[in-house]
Amino acid sequence: MSVGKSSSARRAPIPRGEYPKAPFGRRLLTVAGNEVLGAYRVLKAADPKGPEPGAGQFAMLAGAERWGAGEDERPYLPRAFSYTRWRDGEAHFMLEDVGPGTHRLCELREGDGLWLLGPLGQGFASPEYGRRALLVGGGVGIAPLAIWQDTLDAAGAAGANATVLLGFRDRAHAEGAALLGEARLATDDGSVGHHGWVTDLLGEELDRDEDATVYACGPPPMLEAVRAQCAARGIPAQLALEAGMACGFGACFGCVVPARSGYLRVCVDGPVVDALELERV
Amino acid sequence: MSVELCGLHLDHPIVNGSGTFDAIAARRVFGEALDREFPFAAFVSKTITLTSRAGNPPPRLWEAQAGLVNSIGLPNRGLRGYIERDLPELASLPVPLITNVMGSTAEEIAELLGVCDEHEEIAALELNVSCPNVHTGLDIGTDPVQLERVVAAVRPATTKPLIVKLTPNCADVGECARAAEAGGADAVSLINTLRALALDPSARSCAVAAPGASAARAALPRRWLGGGGGGLSGAAVRAIALAQVAAVASSVSIPVVGMGGVQTATHARRLLDVGARLVAVGTESFRDPTVGSQIARGLAAASAP
Repeated sequence: MSVGKSSSARRAPIPRGEYPKAPFGRRLLTVAGNEVLGAYRVLKAADPKGPEPGAGQFAMLAGAERWGAGEDERPYLPRAFSYTRWRDGEAHFMLEDVGPGTHRLCELREGDGLWLLGPLGQGFASPEYGRRALLVGGGVGIAPLAIWQDTLDAAGAAGANATVLLGFRDRAHAEGAALLGEARLATDDGSVGHHGWVTDLLGEELDRDEDATVYACGPPPMLEAVRAQCAARGIPAQLALEAGMACGFGACFGCVVPARSGYLRVCVDGPVVDALELERV
Repeated sequence: MSVELCGLHLDHPIVNGSGTFDAIAARRVFGEALDREFPFAAFVSKTITLTSRAGNPPPRLWEAQAGLVNSIGLPNRGLRGYIERDLPELASLPVPLITNVMGSTAEEIAELLGVCDEHEEIAALELNVSCPNVHTGLDIGTDPVQLERVVAAVRPATTKPLIVKLTPNCADVGECARAAEAGGADAVSLINTLRALALDPSARSCAVAAPGASAARAALPRRWLGGGGGGLSGAAVRAIALAQVAAVASSVSIPVVGMGGVQTATHARRLLDVGARLVAVGTESFRDPTVGSQIARGLAAASAP
């Protein structure tokens, strides 16, 4: 797909609230690969019947076998993951082995079965007119920024060639940055890039050029720092939130976050929300 | 495999447990396919209260051993919001609507039932009695004497079928079911979630008492759920549900809606075998939103000649 000013290749800007709907019911997919990427893995599954997800949307995943037979009889419920990438009918998800659900998913090998329900939720929307896209990610939260970068580049609009700022714990985690194009990095231990927080880099970027729309995903303290910086400067920001959820489609009411208008369900009102909706993350 | 419950004619015996499926949200997520392939033979609303409730602060969920502990806190728009905003959308579902209500006094419950009674879109009412009585602090449904008195007091407020949703957190669920029947219930449903607790996994498990502090207080571990305690559902409760449904079905002559840990047609069949008229699916719908239809098809296939 060509990138740049060729109008024939240009897609319409992506408006808010118009994301693909999930087929009703979970689908049994076949794992196409599970690749090590530093401290992470990238799980790939062929999804020939699935609609192409919007960037920022997510899916509920569960292993077809041995889901519910681990330590403590967990995992039991499916787990929510942002789509990291979509390549010709193949869905990619970035994983970090942090609990019984992610541990089981990290074990899956080519040919194994994977239950998927999705695409779900509200994703990212195009930058406001005249603003450049500025992508800020922390840890495994960089996942939805990769597919958003793909989308912006394919659209060839103002968001193409977006500046990318990524923060990680250490060198092994920073290898995850390979999922995105050229990026400025920060690490907590200083082993790669800036020694400190990715939000330090965000401050520098905004000092240089404030005409940006910020797209952020990462741990809550990082998102709160992004929200506060953008609010102080009057810069629009779209935050991809994470919450433990049982269903992913609005049934369980378990994934709420407090917002100015009351509790939001991250699964159906998000996961991407306008930063102005939140008093704090 | 059609079935009748209190005058309602249903295509099959599978419904949803109250508060485990939001048909309005599901329509936004899945579109028209939801109505085409609606997984339940009747739709049971989440619990509606007289005034709106925001629900409990997060975290609201804890994954337990083959189960789920939740402390959602019954968020809802309140009776007026439900009637004005939710009812028109729920009325267009392809199946009958059962509205679940809860109040902390007989007066409140009678008002809820009375207002719902005026709306023909509502086919039946379910009364959640897992609510503390404002005077005694005890859940209305845990004490058979109180339960019979409350059901009898609110019964005249509606001519629609009235299903009493029993709590499993009581000494003798069969006795509570008989009390609901004596008070005038047309059916009973069970089980609601079992009282449960989850602790913060990051909290120290062997706290050391600070000088001067009582040892018991210092050792109190931090609760995980924002609402404090919670209710357990899912596969973990299945055998308990089977025992309670069997006890209730042999105690009353009104129909029983059985639920608790149902994941497959076999699990549903067992509840029907011990005397349930309908079976509700709850937590399993979180894992697969179409499981209700799969269970209904499985039951029909197994009973085909």
